[in-house]
Amino acid sequence: MDTLALKKTANEIRKGIVTAVHSAKSGHPGGSLSAADILTYLYFEEMNVDPKDPKKADRDRFVLSKGHIAPALYATLAEKGYFPKEDLKTLRHVGSYLQGHPDMKHIPGVDMSSGSLGQGISAAVGMALSAKMDNADYRTYTLLGDGEIQEGQVWEAAMFAGARKLDNLVVIVDNNGLQIDGDIADVCSPYPIAEKFKAFNFNVIEIDAHDFDQIADAFKKAKATKGMPTAIVAKSIKGKGVSFMENQAGWHGSAPNDEQYAQAMADLDKIGESLK
Amino acid sequence: MADVKKIATRESYGNALKEYAEEYPNLVVLDADLAAATKTAIFKKAYPDRHIDCGIAECDMMGIAAGLATTGKIPFVSSFAMFAAGRAFEQVRNSIAYPHLNVKIGATHAGISVGEDGATHQCCEDLALMRTIPGMIVMNPSDDVEAKAAVKAALDHDGPVYIRFGRLAVPVINDRPDYKFEMGKGVVLREGKDVTIIATGLEVGESLEAAEKLAADGISAKVINIHTIKPLDEDLVVTAAQETGKVVTVEEHSVIGGLGSAVCDCLSAKAPTKVMKIGVNDTFGESGPALELIKKYGLDADSIYAKVKAFVAE
Repeated sequence: MDTLALKKTANEIRKGIVTAVHSAKSGHPGGSLSAADILTYLYFEEMNVDPKDPKKADRDRFVLSKGHIAPALYATLAEKGYFPKEDLKTLRHVGSYLQGHPDMKHIPGVDMSSGSLGQGISAAVGMALSAKMDNADYRTYTLLGDGEIQEGQVWEAAMFAGARKLDNLVVIVDNNGLQIDGDIADVCSPYPIAEKFKAFNFNVIEIDAHDFDQIADAFKKAKATKGMPTAIVAKSIKGKGVSFMENQAGWHGSAPNDEQYAQAMADLDKIGESLK
Repeated sequence: MADVKKIATRESYGNALKEYAEEYPNLVVLDADLAAATKTAIFKKAYPDRHIDCGIAECDMMGIAAGLATTGKIPFVSSFAMFAAGRAFEQVRNSIAYPHLNVKIGATHAGISVGEDGATHQCCEDLALMRTIPGMIVMNPSDDVEAKAAVKAALDHDGPVYIRFGRLAVPVINDRPDYKFEMGKGVVLREGKDVTIIATGLEVGESLEAAEKLAADGISAKVINIHTIKPLDEDLVVTAAQETGKVVTVEEHSVIGGLGSAVCDCLSAKAPTKVMKIGVNDTFGESGPALELIKKYGLDADSIYAKVKAFVAE
């Protein structure tokens, strides 16, 4: 997929996110929109996955450790063809398989249930370890929030991954700089992030989370790196693509009303027009 | 019972893992720097490539086990009950039980029989914690024979299982040719008509001894071994309550939330019966030799005998 196609796909995924959260009348649009480009690259370029065979044994694995951005994962999976895009509107509704946080038991394409912060990375480490034990080629990717890395378990997992030289594991930190209570630097600063992962024996790559050339380059470097896991610290804009949501902590966990939804979709349509 | 063979169920756990390793090639064992104490070192020595030491990081260990299970491995996660069920409760709930992953939790050093290490390490709440998690099987074997059988049953069950093991060497009471282990089924070890003693774990042996003493006083006590707390063998519990009237539960665990509570939950709904719960009475433990603590906390055969005798006379 070329860069223009990736951008178009990411824009469609962003529409899916906004639509799902609007329909649910709750959810987490800000961090979903900040991670949309990374997820697009993972599912449409990087990972060996097949929506027609979601559980194939040699597939690459993805764990959404920042599970609250389930709308981004679901919109990506729907765009990829795992389930109908129309179903996104059932997000968080009683009886829907699209739970508020990823549920591997009922959602095609979800490799791990997640949502309680700090836990997904450990499961990803387990998957990567399993591949090493079996001499299997599949790779494991996990996406963390920059607020999430305040959880101690993240560093337990990072220590293990570094110590075990899990070079088949890529940890991505969506560094949008905001968490529920405000700026991550004010709440309880996790900075410097890159240096922390370096100290845990990771190969660390810092990129712009919305630049597909940089994203592509980072994942290629990760694949070429042997003997240590890779951490990609991706500087992003929370709410990316929706003008009034960008860089606003308030859009971490609230849904747009009808008027805001219309405006958000207009913003994304405009971006879509510019990509023709 | 001085001449009876004694073995700690943690030892049985380590031996069972090694014994079943060949039959179950997907079996892997995880530890958090306690392999020497949990006795998984027995497995580690025989199968070093299938033993993963996660370092002192129990929460991470539970997640790693979950990840391994998604790829078809059968991880046995080992630590002390305090850390497996206590510290990592939420990881067990959210990363293992919610997705119903095939992870087995082998929790050793449960109860006050941990002994000298004292209250910080004496987990008397694990059965209560694990019992509340949907889909979790909770087992508490009474001796060496049963501990090994519980490991086998866990291997053959698809889903999360919690098995409680002890540090203290306990008498082997199930070493007989007709012994059969069925997950979720209680075992009547002694028939009786005056009272039913329902025990679990190392209290099964103590209860059998208490029943002997009661018999000498002319009190006929039925003794049931409940090795599976969840799912509880409700039919057996109800039938026994209806037969004998009074019921006594005995466990090396808090009287809140464990076997006693499970039995009361069942009986209050299906066959209201007067129940006396013997266990750790909503208190922390303390340091001391295990056998002395068991006596001090009223969980030895003599204490059980005296309490049951008084309860029957009420």
